[in-house]
Amino acid sequence: MIARAGNWAMRAAPWLAAIAVNWIAPDYMSLAASVLTMGLFALSLDLALGHAGIVTLGHGAFYGVGAYAAGIFAIHVWADPLAGLAAATLVAGLVGAVTGALILDTSGLTLMMLTLAIASMIAEFANSARDLTGGDDGLTGIRPSPVLGLFRFDLWGHTAYLYTLAVVFVWTMIAWRILGSPFGHSLDGVRQNAARMRAIGAPVRMRLIAAYALSAAMAGTAGALGAQATKTVSLASLGVLTSGTVLMVAVLGGMRRRWGAYLGALVYVVGQNFAAEIDPFRWMLVIGLMMIAVVMFFENGLAGLVDLLDRRARPSTGGGK
Amino acid sequence: MSAPAIEVRGLTKSFGALHVAQLIDLSLARGARAALIGPNGAGKTTFVNLLTGVLVADAGAISLDGARVDRLSPAARVRRGLVRTHQINTLLRETSARENVALAIAERDGCAWRMLAYRRVWAACLEEADARLADLGFGASADDAAGSLPYGLQRLLEIAIAISLKPRVLLLDEPAAGVPSGEAHAIHTAIDRLPKETAVLMIEHDMDMVFRFAQEIVVLVQGRVLMRGAPAEIAANAEVRTVYLGRSRP
Repeated sequence: MIARAGNWAMRAAPWLAAIAVNWIAPDYMSLAASVLTMGLFALSLDLALGHAGIVTLGHGAFYGVGAYAAGIFAIHVWADPLAGLAAATLVAGLVGAVTGALILDTSGLTLMMLTLAIASMIAEFANSARDLTGGDDGLTGIRPSPVLGLFRFDLWGHTAYLYTLAVVFVWTMIAWRILGSPFGHSLDGVRQNAARMRAIGAPVRMRLIAAYALSAAMAGTAGALGAQATKTVSLASLGVLTSGTVLMVAVLGGMRRRWGAYLGALVYVVGQNFAAEIDPFRWMLVIGLMMIAVVMFFENGLAGLVDLLDRRARPSTGGGK
Repeated sequence: MSAPAIEVRGLTKSFGALHVAQLIDLSLARGARAALIGPNGAGKTTFVNLLTGVLVADAGAISLDGARVDRLSPAARVRRGLVRTHQINTLLRETSARENVALAIAERDGCAWRMLAYRRVWAACLEEADARLADLGFGASADDAAGSLPYGLQRLLEIAIAISLKPRVLLLDEPAAGVPSGEAHAIHTAIDRLPKETAVLMIEHDMDMVFRFAQEIVVLVQGRVLMRGAPAEIAANAEVRTVYLGRSRP
């Protein structure tokens, strides 16, 4: 019972801390919101790449599609942020389902190249559809109405932060639930050995398409949150750099680890923010060294490092789970 | 009346001029215990691959309980009850033994699409997996990652997964190959206790095992059925002795 309560406390503590940030660090609301958004984005990649083993270099496409969908929806249809969020999630999920159906019977390098190619095509489409997206000037003029008609997006970003936190919380709970379900376990099976999963009757391709669409939808939500927070969308949000960054964040934090995506986002986004003020070049050096250290020594990323320190601190619990 | 558990008619496959399966017929009743034997290169593996759908036949029909399955994908055939074990282990190595079995149960029950049924459905799968593994004498090893199990237990796990799918027809591909003799006993026991209603076709080189297990033996040579019959008939047949048994039974 005590262990169980402790477990719950462990799970609730980070969320309570995140709520507390609203009062502890009122000067850093937009930075804190970026951490959450990036964390959600990295979690979406962890679902597709970490769990289902879909090697993708084009996940930025779904983030960007979500961002543009939310922006365009807010400008042309309805400024309600939650409706925009739902629309962006749906559109990104659909794009994920359709592109997934096209490419997910391949694997490895071929699949990686195809994800990259599709992301490039989507970026080029956004570039040429100037009337809709603003092309390389970016999409501006997004003015989300108050959340639920009640909470105005204030100048200091408190509403935006708490709104982001709420959305991220809901998606994370859904993601964790999915990962603990038979479906989630079957994705881990597909990653390890697709032939084995077919041998027990699993429709592997459909399973992967579902995971990919789900992951794309989640990335789309992250993109929408980004668009609503910054009130602009640029072509860069769809770009290769976005795909690369989220991959770094996910690996840095630790793939397939409960808090990995958020740990990675916290270190990356906060580090980048402060280091950029001092010396942006050295920051990339620091991130590069950290990546090397993680990839070479800490297979499970920062989340694995935390486990290691935890075990050091309490050697009596043995090496259990 | 009941249709055979599996019926194969005129199964044919060529790779260019190489005829790897020529008009193979096979019929197993529910609960049958049969063995497929033949020298290396006789086409046993090809035949298994044609049955499971990894290879597509040039001609011929495969029916399970009277329903054609030869156009179905391998996974769909498994869902219809045509299950095989593998000669080389294809287990999920990072996953525990019980979760390997639980995944098969989830697929069998069609609940592997359940995304939001957090613990309940998965817990039920795990519970059945535990019962299955306890039956086979797995003991504490059920929690170990499949890749870390001793080889004999890996082969036993392979059988446990196959049984968990509740197959109508089970193809056992050299179930004890490479298992040290000390660990083979558990596998023999598991084979003796396969579900009564399942039709089993064992593909095997070990003649002692074949004669112990099979009520009917099919001899495959160069992609053709050379002969079929009760073990005693096969053992007595001169032709079979020359092409095959002669080498392993002096």
